[in-house]
Amino acid sequence: MQKEVLDITTEPRRLDGRSTKWTIIAAIIGVIGIVGSYVVASGTDDGMDYLLQTYLVSFAFFLSLSLGALFFVMLQHVTRAGWSVVVRRIAEAIATNVWLMAILAIPIVLGMEHLYHWAHPGAADHDPLLAAKIGFLNPSFFVTRLVIYFAVWSILAWFFYRTSKAQDGNGDPALTRRMEVVSAPGIVLFALSLNFAAFDLLMSLDPHWFSTIYGVYYFAASVLLFFAVMPKILVWLQMQGLLKRAVTVEHYHDIGKFMFAFTVFWAYIAFSQYMLIWYGNIPEETEWFLKRQTGGWTAISLTLLFGHFVLPFLMLISRHVKRRPRLLAIIGVYVAVMCWIDMYWLVIPEFSPGVARFGLLDVMVYLGMAGLYSALLAWRLGQAPLVPEGDPRLKESLAFENA
Amino acid sequence: MSADTVTQPAATGSGTTIYGLVANFDKIDEFLDAVSKVREAGFTKWDTHTPFVVHGLDAAMGIKPTKLPFLVFGAGLTGCTVGIGLQWFTNAFDYPFLISGKPIFSLPANIPVAFELTILFAAISALVGMLAFNGLPQLSHPLHSSRLMKRATDDTFLISIEAADPNFDLITTRELLESLGPLQVEAVEA
Repeated sequence: MQKEVLDITTEPRRLDGRSTKWTIIAAIIGVIGIVGSYVVASGTDDGMDYLLQTYLVSFAFFLSLSLGALFFVMLQHVTRAGWSVVVRRIAEAIATNVWLMAILAIPIVLGMEHLYHWAHPGAADHDPLLAAKIGFLNPSFFVTRLVIYFAVWSILAWFFYRTSKAQDGNGDPALTRRMEVVSAPGIVLFALSLNFAAFDLLMSLDPHWFSTIYGVYYFAASVLLFFAVMPKILVWLQMQGLLKRAVTVEHYHDIGKFMFAFTVFWAYIAFSQYMLIWYGNIPEETEWFLKRQTGGWTAISLTLLFGHFVLPFLMLISRHVKRRPRLLAIIGVYVAVMCWIDMYWLVIPEFSPGVARFGLLDVMVYLGMAGLYSALLAWRLGQAPLVPEGDPRLKESLAFENA
Repeated sequence: MSADTVTQPAATGSGTTIYGLVANFDKIDEFLDAVSKVREAGFTKWDTHTPFVVHGLDAAMGIKPTKLPFLVFGAGLTGCTVGIGLQWFTNAFDYPFLISGKPIFSLPANIPVAFELTILFAAISALVGMLAFNGLPQLSHPLHSSRLMKRATDDTFLISIEAADPNFDLITTRELLESLGPLQVEAVEA
């Protein structure tokens, strides 16, 4: 029979009490992670230095999740997508978490001298390359830029969340129009800010090296991480009896397609960067890859090649896999782990050449940040219905079917 | 609406053979309902014709997923192998040629060609495989002589059952179609 438009008014679509419960649980995990990080770090000589380094890894990871979500929200508006309405509220909430990342950036700014060689006082004195870049790579301009990035992201994320929430009440189509109008310039601002943030936060760890595609690499990782995390969140909510009818296998299928597409896109960008540098074979460029191809890092590089591309590519290529929500959620978690390793691979080789010193401290720092991030997300999701109820395209999304 | 507007005699005259029967509907719900019943009756050589994509039609017809992806995947792998093999044969084996100090056979340099040939083989096999699985191109088809069929691209939904189907019987199949509430049932000459 022809599919009827579902009536979701009869099913729970608010977190209500669960929101508070999950917020508290996540916050407790966060505190355990923070205390644990401190305890583990103070146990060794260079623990505090490594704490800051692995902190940057997890920071880049969670920042990329929020940015991926922000891009998703704007992409849906700018293309006037109908299918995604039922999953958009969750993306809006993840994107709004970006202001937490602004606060979490404070330790990075305070520990700048320990993380970034160029931020060392006097680093440029005997280094002509750094001296030439000092107009851009200096502490005050760095902080100014961070403030600008986070202002752009927070304002955009907040605008979409608030406008969409306002629409829940009145169902005004003019608000959809407004979000569409903001999305187009929003994506331009997003592209510029994300690129430069990736240059500043990650690429400048090696201030002598540069790659123009680096920002795109971080963008690919961001959007991939968002689509990898989405199925897990949706399955989790549905296991709690929420959105069981609103989100169908068709929506999972589309998220799976995106996950597949961005797996390939990530690999495409990663290889583009690698091949040009490999082919040019200029020492000032190849040293970045050399660091990642020697000692213990060879194994991590190969893990990324096979674990971050080949395996997910084969796992996600089939339609049948993408239409099994729980299986897709498991693959998504796996891909998310690979995304974290990717960030680890970007950051740690700069400090620890030859040795991939993964250990308990990395887990603790991750848990601390994941706890805070999830606590805020759980609280935020409790503040509004899990579906943008006033969106004029909600019906289209509920009836959506892959042809 | 009942099927009292029979447009052709129940059996055609001697000498003419029957391609099959077509029945048309003008409401999607009734049409999909009828499609399910035809499927349940166990026909294998039958089809539906609609002016636009009807969601749920595949499920109602019980169409199994296409085998095309396996062909495309195999062709993609072949393309990848051919791409790498060709570069190895021409550049490293048959006429070793050193370029800018790179190894004679080096994978990174070979990836773009391997990638492009993967895509090329996969895309061509998808197109050709789709045509072959559908028995295309086919310049003429008995259904084209049906007046109802002309409307299937305009304003009506059609079910056609081939006489070649082992379950087909001119009388009982016509009765089945008429019981589904079509606007018309028509016999199509081969």
